[in-house]
Amino acid sequence: MKLELKFFASLREALKVSEEKITIPDSVKTIADLRIHLSQRGGTWAEVLANGKSLRCALNHQMVDPSTPLQEGAEVAFFPPVTGG
Amino acid sequence: MPIRVQEGDFDISAEIAGLRRGDPRVGAVVSFLGTVRDMNDGSSVKGMTLEHYPGMTEKALQDILDQAKARWDIYQSLVIHRVGPLLPEDQIVMVAVTSAHRGEAFAACEFIMDYLKTAAPFWKKENTPEGGRWVDARVTDETAMSRWEKK
Repeated sequence: MKLELKFFASLREALKVSEEKITIPDSVKTIADLRIHLSQRGGTWAEVLANGKSLRCALNHQMVDPSTPLQEGAEVAFFPPVTGG
Repeated sequence: MPIRVQEGDFDISAEIAGLRRGDPRVGAVVSFLGTVRDMNDGSSVKGMTLEHYPGMTEKALQDILDQAKARWDIYQSLVIHRVGPLLPEDQIVMVAVTSAHRGEAFAACEFIMDYLKTAAPFWKKENTPEGGRWVDARVTDETAMSRWEKK
């Protein structure tokens, strides 16, 4: 499955990447799976995406839960809790 | 446009005038203005930079206004949120709502702000004497939001 990833704010800075196109294996089916898949890159990725870190995720511009299934061609964004207003 | 995300400043008086112009049904206008403080979490703040998620931000804000409209008897609503570099005393965000009576307008305006604080993808990075730091989300904002889930 092909996905377009986006990272914002402190995540973007820590990972030194704001967007990336990736192809994921069939075993990666949900947002939670994707988070684990990316954290397996190790180093800063493991640190920033570690379980227990407060992260939010959006699938095609909608805030979603970790159990949400991924979709072919989707835009998936990871970011810290929002602080606007 | 009821949703604007922009670097430039805005004139709240002109925005409110525009929102209610030509609508004699309006008997109440409630607005909120958020501004940059020079102090946060014990550090002085020299300025800040606001980042957002273009594309999602506009949808999230529209969704918030749609929910307010579905819940309260309001006529018009407006959100303007600035992004980019800002200094203490600068205007950051405004929300304005028109209605026939104040009760609906007060409630809708507060709901929109509470919802925006927890659901719209904006992030503040403060410039302090100790360097740049990303602002942490507040538990009090989640609490403020959760009040609206009961009704």
